[in-house]
Amino acid sequence: MNGSNLITLSLFILFAPLVGFWFTLILGKKVEKSYLIEIVISTLVLLTTIYVTFTKLFYFPDTKFVSEFTWINLGEMPLLGKVTVELGMMIDNITALMLFVVALISSLVHYYSIEYMKGDKRYNRYFAFLGIFTFSMMGIVLTHNILMMYIFWELVGLSSYLLIGFWFEKDSASDASKKAFLVNRIGDLGMFAGILLIFVNYHTFTFDKIFMAIGNGVLPFNSEFWLTIVGILLFCGAIGKSAQFPLHVWLPDAMEGPTPVSALIHAATMVAAGVYLVARIFPMMTGDALLFVAVIGALSAFIPATIALTQTDIKKVLAYSTISQLGYMIMALGVGSFAFGFFHLVTHAFFKAGLFLGAGSVIHAMHHEQDIMKMGGLRKKLPVTYYTFLIFCLAISGVPLTSGFLTKDGILAGTFAFGLLTGNSIFAITGFFVAMLTAFYMFRILILTFHGKPQDEHKYEHAHESPFLMIAPLVLLAILSIFIFYTANPFNADSGWVLSNWIKTPASVVPEHARYSFMVPEKMQEAAVKTTEHITHSEVYTEALHHAHIPAVLLSLVLAGLGILLAFAFYQWKKIDVDALTLKVKPLYTFSLNKWYFDEFYHKTFVSGLLGISNILAWFDNYVVDGIVNGAASVTRMLSRFSGVFDNYVVDGAVNLTATFSGLIGLAFRKLQTGKVQAYVVLVVFSLVLLLLFFVKI
Amino acid sequence: MTSIGLQHYLVVSSILFSLGLFGIVTRKNAVMVLMGIELILNSANINFVAFARYGNFGFDGQLIALFVVILAAAEAAVALAIVLNIYKNFSTVNVDEIDKLKE
Repeated sequence: MNGSNLITLSLFILFAPLVGFWFTLILGKKVEKSYLIEIVISTLVLLTTIYVTFTKLFYFPDTKFVSEFTWINLGEMPLLGKVTVELGMMIDNITALMLFVVALISSLVHYYSIEYMKGDKRYNRYFAFLGIFTFSMMGIVLTHNILMMYIFWELVGLSSYLLIGFWFEKDSASDASKKAFLVNRIGDLGMFAGILLIFVNYHTFTFDKIFMAIGNGVLPFNSEFWLTIVGILLFCGAIGKSAQFPLHVWLPDAMEGPTPVSALIHAATMVAAGVYLVARIFPMMTGDALLFVAVIGALSAFIPATIALTQTDIKKVLAYSTISQLGYMIMALGVGSFAFGFFHLVTHAFFKAGLFLGAGSVIHAMHHEQDIMKMGGLRKKLPVTYYTFLIFCLAISGVPLTSGFLTKDGILAGTFAFGLLTGNSIFAITGFFVAMLTAFYMFRILILTFHGKPQDEHKYEHAHESPFLMIAPLVLLAILSIFIFYTANPFNADSGWVLSNWIKTPASVVPEHARYSFMVPEKMQEAAVKTTEHITHSEVYTEALHHAHIPAVLLSLVLAGLGILLAFAFYQWKKIDVDALTLKVKPLYTFSLNKWYFDEFYHKTFVSGLLGISNILAWFDNYVVDGIVNGAASVTRMLSRFSGVFDNYVVDGAVNLTATFSGLIGLAFRKLQTGKVQAYVVLVVFSLVLLLLFFVKI
Repeated sequence: MTSIGLQHYLVVSSILFSLGLFGIVTRKNAVMVLMGIELILNSANINFVAFARYGNFGFDGQLIALFVVILAAAEAAVALAIVLNIYKNFSTVNVDEIDKLKE
């Protein structure tokens, strides 16, 4: 087995979708079947990725493949020193896992879309956009420096914009795409500032070099405070891209895009890029920065979960649950539970893509009806969709034997351990509470959609199971949501191959007193620790994690069960009258239904504020700037007028004077030229005599 | 000092030249102008001959004087022909009125 061709193959993985994008886009208008190019390329990319991922994970689990070249060499620069910018690729274990997730879901969505998008007038363009998305996402995953990551980061933003606004004839879709793009810019601004701070201090963009410099004690502006600031600024990019509080408002609106796109971009891959970014910069995050990350994660897990309780649009519920689950991952990274945070990204990608594709199948069957209140009883009409949806719901609720159980339980144990070690148990409480909410709202939509009586008889009659190309991805994703692919022990993932071999917490490079105390290795271990790359946690933390594991499992099981039970009691058995309960907690209900009034709040403050500033600037532009310009114009006009007068009278006067003077001289001398020969003869003789007098000197 | 010398000739020649010039300048009649020219030519002839007699120039002066007489005859023939033509064109021989080269 040779690992050297992995980089070459990953170059193919990166650029093939771009080629597909160009060909599909260029041929799209002329050749009806040009989407097949994109399908074939996506399949090839999937096969290559499977080879690369499994070669990497099974044969080289401890090797890091890096290939780089110098892009810009500025040499010695004043103030900065030696400056070179390298571009390059890196494949380590989390790259390989992400590659697999992206390639698999991307190609499944390609196949699914063949049926789902059938009959759309921009069919080929849709596949071209999927291609450029895959290209950009692969770029984020494969890069070894933060500059390239930023470039691809913006490219996924672009493809997300294009796909959300794919049906741009609808105002809501084009508004949503603009909103997504703008909100993402806010986060990216922070990320950009972070990148600049890093470059100013370390003169490099390469992750490994930055970490090495920090590990050698070089701090930005020689202060740990600034290291924290840099970490938080970079995390801002993740806040935007992963739709974390307070920038989460774009993701629910992004559901205006085609449903397979929501599955690919706004559930499984692109929004997970934020989590991936945090995982990449994890070694340089100080304790304070991680605490910030954890707080944002906890808020993002909690707020959308409460909103999801009352929404009736099936895709909106899934969107809020996506934000909530991403909040879980971010929170896990924030409390130092790196492995579970990233592991949850992988498992969540599969079951959340499955949920969206399942929802797409339902929407397809119901002729683009998205309101769960108008569905019901679809279990008999859509059996495959129903059972796969059930598996995904069990997975996201964290029921044993599913992949979601392994990772969610791990995250909860991590927060629990964090609480034990630092006494800060707010994250654990949030985590458990949200776990219950998740179970409740997921089963709420499951029951309202598939159980009970049909609410819309007409649409129900016409509903039919989706075609094979839409069902097959659902089944495959459902299979991947089962524990057996990740660990042999369904109750504890620690001993499974994913955690023991593949996902390893990277060593923190932050000065020891700036870390969480439990991340500092014990003194006696220090010598051993320095030699390995992969240990961050002290014995205390590992022990706390072990202690936390059993209670966390039990508690999360009880809470998930409670959530599912409540959902059944509310909507299946009707033991509790939902409407009466709604009336009782009316303020809370409307608060949740209106999404905590975030949109209204942002509209009142930031949007109107911005409009106000724009008005002031417009006034300034109209009156002050234009005034200056017009003033300058009239001054110039006056000067020109003066110059005109000068021209007319002084210059022209001089010219005319010359002419007149010449005329006068002419008049005078005309007298001499009489035309009479004898006068000339007199003149000649007279002149001759004068000349003789002068020159001969008699 | 009663013998006639070079100066006497030169004085006569100068007087003759001045008279000729006077004739050229003052006369309106073209024929009279021509006559003035003849006087000037002859004053020059007197000079040639006088310098030939009193200077050490051999016979060159006399020869050129003869040459000038012949030239003057030819000139008079051509000039009188021109004057006749002028009279034919302008009906006058007044030099002041002849101021057009071409109608």
